[in-house]
This record gives sequence, C-alpha cells and structure tokens, in this order.
Amino acid sequence: MKFLDEFQNKEIARGLLERIRELCDGKVTLMEVCGTHTMALFKFGIRSLLPSQLNVVAGPGCPVCVTPQSAIDKAIRLSDKATIVTYGDMYKVPGSYSSLEKEKAKGKDIRIVYSPLDALAIAERSPDKEVVFLGIGFETTAPASASTIISTRENGIKNFSLLCVHRLIPPAMKALSNGELNIDGYLCPGHVSTIIGEKPYSAIAQRFNIPCVIAGFEALDILEGIYLLLKQINEGKSYVENGYRRVVRPEGNKLALEVMEKVFEIADSEWRGLGWIEKSGLVLKGEFNDFDAEKKFDIKIAKPRPRPGCICGEILKGLKIPSECKNFGSKCTPDEPLGPCMVSSEGTCAAYYKYARESLKK
Amino acid sequence: MCLAIPVEIIELKDNGMAVAEAGGIRRKVSVQLLEDVKKGDYVLLHAGFAIQKIDEKQAKETLRLLREVASI
Repeated sequence: MKFLDEFQNKEIARGLLERIRELCDGKVTLMEVCGTHTMALFKFGIRSLLPSQLNVVAGPGCPVCVTPQSAIDKAIRLSDKATIVTYGDMYKVPGSYSSLEKEKAKGKDIRIVYSPLDALAIAERSPDKEVVFLGIGFETTAPASASTIISTRENGIKNFSLLCVHRLIPPAMKALSNGELNIDGYLCPGHVSTIIGEKPYSAIAQRFNIPCVIAGFEALDILEGIYLLLKQINEGKSYVENGYRRVVRPEGNKLALEVMEKVFEIADSEWRGLGWIEKSGLVLKGEFNDFDAEKKFDIKIAKPRPRPGCICGEILKGLKIPSECKNFGSKCTPDEPLGPCMVSSEGTCAAYYKYARESLKK
Repeated sequence: MCLAIPVEIIELKDNGMAVAEAGGIRRKVSVQLLEDVKKGDYVLLHAGFAIQKIDEKQAKETLRLLREVASI
C-alpha cells in the first residue's frame, strides 16, 4: 500500500463533495494554517469545487512567510563571517535590503540543504569555517533542528550553530481566534500534528468554540477535513477531531517532543506580518549557547525596514486575499517579489499566482 | 515545508541512521526521533528525519470510513 494514490480516489472525492454541499447551508469560513494545505487546495482543484458559501481562508501557515524579516537580515549580516546554510524556501525571500539569493550572487557562501544534518555535515567537512544553519519552520521541523544540535554537541563539533526562528502554530491560531475574522472552523496541519498530537488544539476548540479537525494532504484528506468541520458546525459542536489517524497519534511523537524540550524553550516571538505573539516561538536553552548563532556572534542589524506596498500581514491573517492587493501580479511576482507570500513555495500569493491568476484577471 | 513523504525503511544502520526508499530512490535518514523502527516499516520522512510510522491498519480504516461517508 503506497499510502498516496488511494487517497486521491475520484469516486470517493465526488461522494465527499456531495456531503459537503449537503451540509453547507449558509456562509461558512474555515481557516487552514498550513502552506501545504494552501497549495493542495488549489493543486487538487478542490477550491473550484466547493460550494460558493464555503470560504476556505489561508492563515499564517507558511513558515517562510512568517519568519521575521530580521532573521533574514541577521543571516545576511552573518554571511560576512560564516557559511550560511538554509532550506531552499528561504533563498529568495526579501529581507529589508537584500535576500540570501542576491547575497550569494555577490559571492557570499550561502548554501541550500534538504536537512539540518546536511548543514552539520558541511561544518564537519570544513572545521576551519563557521557554519550557521537558518532554523525556520513549525513543529514539524523543529525536532530536526533539536536533534541536530544534540548531535553537534555529542560529536564535539565546534563550528556549527543554529539561527533559531522556529515558530509554534497553536499560539498563532489562538491569536487569530478572537481577532477580526470570524472563523467557524480550523483545518489543522497534519504534519505539525504528527509531532504535537491532538491536545494543543483542545484549548482553542473549547475556549473559542471553534471545531478543529486535523487533516492530511491528499485530496481525500482535505475533503474529509472540510466534511468533518461542517458536520461539527451543523451539530453546534466544537472539539478536536483527528482525520489523519494513519500518522497522527493522539499523543503526537513523544520522543520528538522530548528532544525539543531538551534543547528549546518557549518565548514570545515576532511573526512577520502578525507582530509579536505570546509564547509562540522557540529559543535555544542557555546550556546550548555555544550552538546559538545569536549568542555566539555579535549580530547587529539595522532596524528592519518593512516593504512598502506589501500586504502580507493582512494576507497571513486571512483578512485579504492576494487579488485584493494592488501590486499582485504587477509589481509583485514570484521573480520580483515584494514580500515572502509571493516567493515562498507555500505562500498564499504564490498559490494564487500559480493557480488562480487567469481567473482573477477577468 | 510540511512536505513529508512516505518511505520504506530498507536497512537500519548505527548512529540512529537508516536507509529508506521511495520510488526507487534510496536515502539515508535519521530515525533518532522514533523508537523501535524496523526494516519494512513505512515512515513519514521530513527534512531528513523519520517523524512518524505510518499505520497501515489506520490508513485502510480511514479509507473504509470515507467510502461509507461518500456512500460508495
């Protein structure tokens, strides 16, 4: 069983869409908080098949998009004295004045990897160079950084450090839940949930009476998620439901959570476009100062300069859609982005540009 | 970024690493975030780490439920 094709079955999809249409008898706003969901909703054509009263809004689910500008500015500043290693998604994202891609073109040593372990391997191969890994991502990715830092310490590697900008999804959901947008249900991120389990969403479901359904990323997973949310809304219920049981255990991944707990502590953190959110980010614990790029290096940057004309903040909160931005597709394109949402592979604006640009022109 | 793919564990190595395969391509992956990973297990691979085992029984059960909801 390949666990992929079976979840693209057209017959089942058609049936689920029927159920969704039956359940949708008024205006409903659902929010997804995962860039992969944003893209999948377009990619599988689900958006165009949903009833018009059902609005699925993209929230701050693109980790690249919410990484503060200052992180990119710091990484660029560090590239003067260290090899900067990053996930590919960050490469083209504009900082205040430049991007990692542009700095690389100037000759700085900036490399793209698939895994933080690859970044550590670069450090091992060049012991005379400092190597800094830009640790972005939500709870799906934070354990990988944590495990890599533990390996760094265990193997006595001295020239590797982490510029940590990991963020946590439930606090952002909490911040949005009593905000300007009336959210009737949350489609919860399947792979973040693989790590954190079901419990972190309970507080949101109970406190704000918003149903939370954990969903995977294949077509049937997303349709199931939407169906289960509509069912709860119709029944006036709001609890956490797991639609992705094949990889999400109620308790999450205990070992991954332990590894994170060993290395990180939770702090109030800045989200690009959303501002400061309480207890929403991870920082390295004091005992790991030697591997914390913020502590190891003296990084002084100018005050981050927001990009004029970029409305990423409102897009990330689900208050506007890309077509409502006057620069969408004109001054802001994937090649010349004004902000992260257009250039990130999971950015909302990038998704609309890729899949919905033509229909928006009409 | 949440891109994680199902892969099969082909071989366990030491140092918490394993060899995994998907679509004919083999890759070294870390299994340090999971306990009791065995050869033949299907796991979800993300950023070079196996982050969870895929439960085939649950996968089949989900599909069965979905068929029921879809009235097929």
